[in-house]
Amino acid sequence: MRIILHVWRQKNAGEPGRMVRYELNNVNPHMSFLEMLDVLNEELTEKGEEPIAFDHDCREGICGMCGFMINGRAHGPEAGTTVCQLHMRHFKDGEELWLEPFRARAFPLIRDLAVDRSAFDRVIAAGGYISVNAGSAPDGNAIPVPKQAAEKAMDAAACIGCGACVAQCPNAAAALFLGAKVSHLGLLPQGQPERYERVLNMVGQAAREGFGSCTNIGECEAVCPKRIKLEVIARLNRDYVLATVKHLGAKQAAEAGAG
Amino acid sequence: MQLDAKCPGGPIETRWDRHKFNLKLVSPANKRKYTIIVVGSGLAGGAASATLAELGYNVKCYCYQDSPRRAHSIAAQGGINAAKNYQNDGDSVYRLFYDTVKGGDFRSRESNVYRLAQLSLDIIDHCVAQGIPFAREYGGVLANRSFGGAQVSRTFYARGQTGQQLLLGAYQAMQRQIAAGRLAMFPRHEMLELVLVNGRARGIVTRNLVTGKIESHVADAVVLGTGGYGNAYYLTTMAKGANATAIWRAYRKGALFANPCFTQIHPTCIPVTGEYQSKLTLMSESLRNDGRIWVPVRAGDRRPPNEIPEAERDYYLERRYPAFGNLVPRDIASRAAKQVCDEGRGVGPTGYGVYLDFRDAIERLGVSVIRERYGNLFEMYERLTGEDPYKVPMRIYPAIHYTMGGLWVDYNLMSTIPGLYVIGEANFSDHGANRLGASALMQGLADGYFILPYTIGDYLASTKFEKLSPEQGEFREAESQVRERIERLLSIRGRRTVDSLHRELGKLLWEYCGMARNAKGLEYALGKIPELREEFWNNVNVLGSGEEFNQALERAGRVADYMELAELICYDALHRNESCGGHFREEYQTAEGEALRNDAEYAYVAAWEFTGVGSPPKLHKEPLSFEYAKPTERSYK
Repeated sequence: MRIILHVWRQKNAGEPGRMVRYELNNVNPHMSFLEMLDVLNEELTEKGEEPIAFDHDCREGICGMCGFMINGRAHGPEAGTTVCQLHMRHFKDGEELWLEPFRARAFPLIRDLAVDRSAFDRVIAAGGYISVNAGSAPDGNAIPVPKQAAEKAMDAAACIGCGACVAQCPNAAAALFLGAKVSHLGLLPQGQPERYERVLNMVGQAAREGFGSCTNIGECEAVCPKRIKLEVIARLNRDYVLATVKHLGAKQAAEAGAG
Repeated sequence: MQLDAKCPGGPIETRWDRHKFNLKLVSPANKRKYTIIVVGSGLAGGAASATLAELGYNVKCYCYQDSPRRAHSIAAQGGINAAKNYQNDGDSVYRLFYDTVKGGDFRSRESNVYRLAQLSLDIIDHCVAQGIPFAREYGGVLANRSFGGAQVSRTFYARGQTGQQLLLGAYQAMQRQIAAGRLAMFPRHEMLELVLVNGRARGIVTRNLVTGKIESHVADAVVLGTGGYGNAYYLTTMAKGANATAIWRAYRKGALFANPCFTQIHPTCIPVTGEYQSKLTLMSESLRNDGRIWVPVRAGDRRPPNEIPEAERDYYLERRYPAFGNLVPRDIASRAAKQVCDEGRGVGPTGYGVYLDFRDAIERLGVSVIRERYGNLFEMYERLTGEDPYKVPMRIYPAIHYTMGGLWVDYNLMSTIPGLYVIGEANFSDHGANRLGASALMQGLADGYFILPYTIGDYLASTKFEKLSPEQGEFREAESQVRERIERLLSIRGRRTVDSLHRELGKLLWEYCGMARNAKGLEYALGKIPELREEFWNNVNVLGSGEEFNQALERAGRVADYMELAELICYDALHRNESCGGHFREEYQTAEGEALRNDAEYAYVAAWEFTGVGSPPKLHKEPLSFEYAKPTERSYK
C-alpha cells in the first residue's frame, strides 16, 4: 500500500522545526507503524539523509517508551494501542498522515519525535511508592487483599507512563497518570499509611513540573493505550480533598501536640 | 587461570546462611563512604540500586532508556516462581531447587540454585509489601498457576503483566531512594567502557545519548545488570535497544564469558511475517496451561484449522510426552515444533508455525473464564495478527528469548575481575543449559534484593581503595578509546545500513547456531562471521555526528559488538560435543530424537577468555558436581 507521511523534523530543542513530506510506496499491511518508519529510515540513510528520531524499545506495547501523535491523536487511531502495536492494516491505501511529537511544557523536545518525559519520574519520586526496605516484609499471605481491590489496583497499575494522556489533554494535565498511581497504591491495604501524604506530594510535584490542571475533558482516557479509566481521576480528586482537609489538619495537630 | 566459584560446602540447606555469616560487614556509618555503580535498571539492576541505597551506600545507576521504568524485564508476562507451597500441592524449596537443576539439564551449580529457591520466598513477601497487585483468590490470599517444567502450581502473577508490575515495584523503590538523595539516576546514558585501575573495576565511561558527551564515572565497585545478549540474533523477543555492549566491554577487559551457546528459544512466539520485521512478540507460556498444541497429521494439509477433523490432528506434545503434555520445558517444546515444521506439517503462510488451540478449553470452562485468564494476551494476539483466537487457533513458532550464558561469576556474583559484579540475565549463574518459565524474574530479584547487597559488602570491607580522579590516566585512556571507536564508525560512510548488516548476522546465527546445531554448520558460520565483521567495518553507513542524539550511531556500536560476540557463541557451541538444554547438537541425540548429554566429558561450565578480535578465545573449565540432584536423562514422558 501507499502512505504519505508528514513528519515533524527538528534537530534539537534550540533549532526551529518543520513538517517534511515523505512518500512510501511499498507498505505491507502487516507491518507495525514503527516498522514502517524503520523502512523509511533505511531508505533515508541510503540516500544520505539523516533518519527520523523516535523513541521505542520493547515494541510489545508495555515499556511505554514509544509514542507520538498521528493526525492529532496520541498513538494513532486504534483504541488501546501504542504506536509499536499499531499495524498498517488499519490505514487506507493512499492515506496521508501527520506525525508530531508529544507536545507539553513538561515534555521538552529532544529531537524529531522524541521528547523528555523525566518529569514523570520526578512525580513518582515525590511519593509514588510504598516505603518498605528489602528484608522487612511479613509473609505474603499475612496481608490478605480482597480480590476486588487487587483487580481494581491492577487496572490502575497497568499504566505504562507513556505520556499520551498529557499529550492529548488540552491542558497538558497529568491527572490520569497521577490518578493511576494514587489509585493503585491507595486501593491496597499496604498503601494506606502513606495514602494522604502521597497524593499531596505527587500533585504538588506535578504542578512544579508544569503539568496543567484537569478540567474533566476525558481525552486522556480516550487515548490511553492501557485503557486506564477516568475513575482514577475521581479517586485522585477525592483523596486530594480528603488529604487537604483531614490529613493536613491531623498533621498540624500532631506537630502542635509534639511541640 | 584457576576458577574458584567460592561455593560453601556442607549441607546444602544451610550453605547460604553460613556463608552470609562469614561475609564481612560494612558498618552503617561507613556505607555512605562507598560509591557503587550499577549499570542497567531492570529487575536485577533496579532492585540492587534500590537496596544498596536503602542500606546507605552511595549509588549511581545508568540506563540507556529514557527512564529506569522501561527496562525489558517489563515485558515478562507469565509470572514468578516461589516455593511457598500455598497450594498445599507438595511444593518445597527442595523441589524448586530440584526442578531448576533438572530443567537446566544438569549444567548449573547446585549451591547457587538452592539459594535461589530459598530466596524465592523472601521475594514474594517483599513484592507484596511493595504493593505489587498480584492475582488473588476470593478469600484475599495469593493465587498461583502452573508453568512449563513443573508439576506443582508455584507461579505468582499479575495478569499477563507480572514483569511490568515487579519492575515498577523496583522502579518505585529506586525513585524513593532518588528522592532521599542516596541514588543518582543517569537515564539515556550508555556504558561504553569499563575502567580498571590496578586490576580492579573502578569505574565506567558513558555516552550521554542526548548530547553525545563522553564522561568517566569513578566508583569502588561496578555492578552490571544489563540483561542478555540474545539480540545478536536480530529477530528475538528482546527490546530493540537491549544489547551486550556492557558485558562485551567487560569481557574484552578480562572478565570470562560462560556458556555463551546456552541460548533459550521460547516456543510460543508469533511467527515471522516478512523481511521488514523488527522483532518477534512472545505470547506468554502460561497459554500452554489451557491451549493445546497441534499440527495436521498429513504434510501439506492447507485446510483452515477449524475444518481439520479431530482424527487428522496431531497433538504431538501430548502424544510424545503424556506426563507433561503441553507443559514440557521450553527447549523440548521448541524443538518439537521445529521437527514437525521440518516434516512439512507446519501451518500458516510460511509453513513455520504450529497451532495453539483454545477450542477445548473454551468448551470446558466457557469464554468468560478464558477471557479472565488470558484476555489481554488474546487481545494482543488479535492486534498483531488480525485474527481472533477465540474463534481460530493461534499460530506460534519458537524464537530466541533469553540467554542462560553470560559473564562468569562466583557464588558472590563477582566476575573474574575484582570489584566487577554481574547480576540477573547478564551473568550465567543459575539456569544451566535451559531456564524454566517464571524463573528469570525470580533470579533477577534474588540477585538484586537479597544476594548482591550482602556479598558486595564483603568485598568493600576487605579491600583498601586508593582515591581516584576521573582525570587520571586510566579514565582518560578509556575515554579516548571510546571516542576513537565512535569516530571510526562515523567516518566509514559505506553503502550498508546498520540494520541490514545486523539482519544478515542474525540470520547466520539463527540458521547455524539456533534451535539445532551441527559441527559443519558451526564451522561454516565461524568462517562467515569474520567476513561479515570486515564488511561492517568497511561498508557501514552511519550518518550524523557523535555530538547529538543519534540512534543509528547507538545501534552501530551495539552491532559492532555482536559481530565479535557471534563468533564466541559459535566457538562455544562447536566445542560442546553434546546436547543439553537449549544447546542441541544434531550429532548427539537419542534414537527418539531427544538431547543426549555427555556428563563424563562436559559436566562443566565453559568460561572463555578474550585473546583478541578474530583470535580463538581461551577455554577455562569450572567442573560441576552434583551431590543432591543426581544427573539423569531428563524425561518428561
